[in-house]
Amino acid sequence: MSDQNLTVTVENLRKTFQGPDGGEIAAVDGISLSVQAGELTALVGPDGAGKTTLMRMLAGLLKPDAGSLRVLGIDVAADPQSVQDRISYMPQRFGLYEDLSVQENLDLYADLHGVPHDERQERFARMLEVTDMARFTDRPAGKLSGGMKQKLGLACTLVRSPDLLLLDEPSVGVDPLSRRDLWKIVQQLIDDEKLSVIVSTAYMDEAERCAQVFVMHKGKLLADGAPDALSKRAQGLTFTAATPVDMPARQLQARLIDVPELIIDAVPKGGNVRFIRQPEAEQARLNDLLDGTSVEPRAEELEDAFMMLLREEEGETETKTTPKEELEKSAAHTAKDDGKPVIVVRDLVRKFGDFTAVAATSFDVARGEIFGLLGPNGAGKTTTFRMLCGLLPATSGHLEVAGLNLRSARAAARARIGYVSQKFALYGNLSVRENLEFFGGAYGLSGKALRNRISASIEQFSLDPAAQSGILPAGYKQRLAMATGLLHQPEILFLDEPTSGIDPLARRAFWRTITSLAVSGVTIIITTHFMEEAEYCDRIAIQDAGEMLALGTPREVREQAGDAGADMNSAFIAIVEQGRAARENKEKAA
Amino acid sequence: MNPVITYFFRTLALFRKELLALVKDPSSRVLLFAPALLQALLFGYGATYDLTHVPYAVLDHSRGATATQLLARLDGTGVFERVATLTSSDQIAGVIDKGDALLVVSIPSDFEARLAANQQAPLQVILDGRNSSTAGAAAAYVSSIVTSYNQTLGNRSSITIVRRSWFNPNLESRWNMMPALIASLSMIQTLMLAALSVAREREQGTFDQLLVTPLTPLQILIGKALPSIFIGLIQSTIIFLIILFWFQIPMNGSVWLLYFGLFCFTVASVGIGLSISAVSLTMQQAMLYTFMLVMPLMLLSGLLTPVRNMPAILQVATYVNPLRFGIDIVRRVYLEGATFGDIASNFLPLLAVAAVTLPLAAWLFRNRLG
Repeated sequence: MSDQNLTVTVENLRKTFQGPDGGEIAAVDGISLSVQAGELTALVGPDGAGKTTLMRMLAGLLKPDAGSLRVLGIDVAADPQSVQDRISYMPQRFGLYEDLSVQENLDLYADLHGVPHDERQERFARMLEVTDMARFTDRPAGKLSGGMKQKLGLACTLVRSPDLLLLDEPSVGVDPLSRRDLWKIVQQLIDDEKLSVIVSTAYMDEAERCAQVFVMHKGKLLADGAPDALSKRAQGLTFTAATPVDMPARQLQARLIDVPELIIDAVPKGGNVRFIRQPEAEQARLNDLLDGTSVEPRAEELEDAFMMLLREEEGETETKTTPKEELEKSAAHTAKDDGKPVIVVRDLVRKFGDFTAVAATSFDVARGEIFGLLGPNGAGKTTTFRMLCGLLPATSGHLEVAGLNLRSARAAARARIGYVSQKFALYGNLSVRENLEFFGGAYGLSGKALRNRISASIEQFSLDPAAQSGILPAGYKQRLAMATGLLHQPEILFLDEPTSGIDPLARRAFWRTITSLAVSGVTIIITTHFMEEAEYCDRIAIQDAGEMLALGTPREVREQAGDAGADMNSAFIAIVEQGRAARENKEKAA
Repeated sequence: MNPVITYFFRTLALFRKELLALVKDPSSRVLLFAPALLQALLFGYGATYDLTHVPYAVLDHSRGATATQLLARLDGTGVFERVATLTSSDQIAGVIDKGDALLVVSIPSDFEARLAANQQAPLQVILDGRNSSTAGAAAAYVSSIVTSYNQTLGNRSSITIVRRSWFNPNLESRWNMMPALIASLSMIQTLMLAALSVAREREQGTFDQLLVTPLTPLQILIGKALPSIFIGLIQSTIIFLIILFWFQIPMNGSVWLLYFGLFCFTVASVGIGLSISAVSLTMQQAMLYTFMLVMPLMLLSGLLTPVRNMPAILQVATYVNPLRFGIDIVRRVYLEGATFGDIASNFLPLLAVAAVTLPLAAWLFRNRLG
């Protein structure tokens, strides 16, 4: 019987939550699907699609309101325990005990799952080997980098051999190398143990590895199928436009994405711009828009199909990009361009005890430049970033932001920078307007000037002033964080992983804003884990173990990676691995 | 714009934000006022050393008229309540052990005979010493009743004591306890509020966002301290009103002086709270430190036991405890009607604590490594 091969069967599943206004919100709204055993299955979709709610129902942690749900042939609602005995679930934030060592965490989870002692040693050895953590068994989990924590989380989830593995966005905030390792582990388990895996992800290259992909949106299933079959939706619509020399790719990309009636999506890649045209777009208008740039058709990918599906659903409202004039106004500091760099960093060093987080780093950033700081988790980029903002003193070296060291400069100097932190730090129980009022006031705005800036920001970022900021979806939190960071029209904007955990549509809108800001002369320093976003930057720096491994335009960095540098992701991995190999050789020699 | 005005507006923005954040959270909104109200009532009714309804038992072997009269006096006070009349001395241990009676009055069989012979007639009172302060008070009360009865018997005793107790005519322990609560109960809340204020922002990542604004550490300090001080004073006011109008303990001093003292005391407490907060990385840490501190602050304050009864070294330690001086100010202004001159010495330690902790907190905002 074919049912024998199904790990999960879901029929008309529904789960509602009470919204903040008392109304009902259907997180999962009548979904039916089935998942084959022994396969890798992906759930993709923007924020609020219901992926996590579905995962938690599969794991028996939430009771469905309606519909039927069978996992491994068992009715989950009726008997969650016997399902939980046979599955492993890794939530977005895995509960590691930060004060316990790696080994103690593994022991603890083995105890909790009742793994027999004789099986343990073999299992632990295998897990430590595939995660490459055997060297760190004594280190407290709290001291691991984000990527390593995630790998340890996966290892703890897999201390026993489950029949079904559920992974909820395992790669959010994880660098490309750790991401690759995570997937290596999962792939090995599928090959060796015929494990069934359901993974939710925001990365399309991850979904592409899966046998089956379910595209979710606002609690409904939009499409499903093998990645190849889904990609076919974009067949014949995908092209690459060659960027003219002397023009940043993002400029052409901005021009294309601003015309949604002709262009579904456009992203810079490898110095050129990949785009999807609207099927009904008039050729003549399209030619006008492209203005003579040479255009080549390219093979369609899952990401293209995904973007098409989302655009169809979301329509214009969600992706409305900010009118350029507005933004250029918002950066009223058309400070004189005297050709001097805005940021100067010379031999910057930061040590924590005898650990060197940042070693002898030097770079300049010019006015109006978009400068990307990239690096694996724990490479020192956040430390560099915090020193630039004046949040952390440097151990030694020279540091200048707008001509001043922000740590020692008078407080007024800080009015010249804007800062958006990793967690979009906002006051959760205040409304959008109250947050803006506070930050405006802290930056010395008051009265009419403050009111004008607030209403401009609210319009610019399509915010609801009365909404409570703590319960906004991630994409809106990011917009509000941007709005607060830009309220005082800073010359320099610092952005720490502003796109982590944000869906592709919101990321497009975000980068469109950044492009406009750069045009108006704002200097932007940004860290990110999405390597394709480095393509928007004028120059990028790659750091690992505190050292600067590469510095230059995206094209130069790709060239530095040599043959491996076909795209930014592989260039990044190649450069970091080269750097690590060189360091090991040096250590051996010494 | 005038830099002074800008400075003021920036600080005001933070002050407003802090108050809003407190008031907008429904759970913290309840916490702001309910505990002060509830604890003031609980302490008012619950925490008392006064003797009322003291259960006692009688073992009367004499069965004479004098004994009966004496016992009638005891019963007539309204303080003592006879729970048992025993018939043999074997029963004494039973009623005391079980806690049925706090004391047993045992009258020997030769009681009347000795009185008649103009001899000393001993009367035995057996006390439950497990509760020493109540037992002591009860014993003293019994002896005063016996003394006054002696006089009616025409005995020779010639010295009598006429008691006038100042500031608290009936020596009610409630009068002693309640005004102290104006300082001590509100301190727990102020400490907690201040301790959580920076730690919460550090935990949620908003503190970095605050530090990159042009706000100076001093402005952050003022913006963070004022809301806690404000709420601390509101709590003190709630307790003050309950004591004054509900428990009707008369206030003898000046309300202005009381509030000036409370303000200085609250500033010192907030300084301690903010220092805790600036050191803590998480709210959990801040709570833990606060709980660790509250108990010694209470014990070394003179709230329950007088400072002068403590060993010398602990008495020295009380000088860094703002609560000791806060309580002293409140008690003396409230009960005794003290003037500023009377209590001026209390302000120095308070200001010293504030002068150390507030700058320390401001420095820690930026220089706490982590």
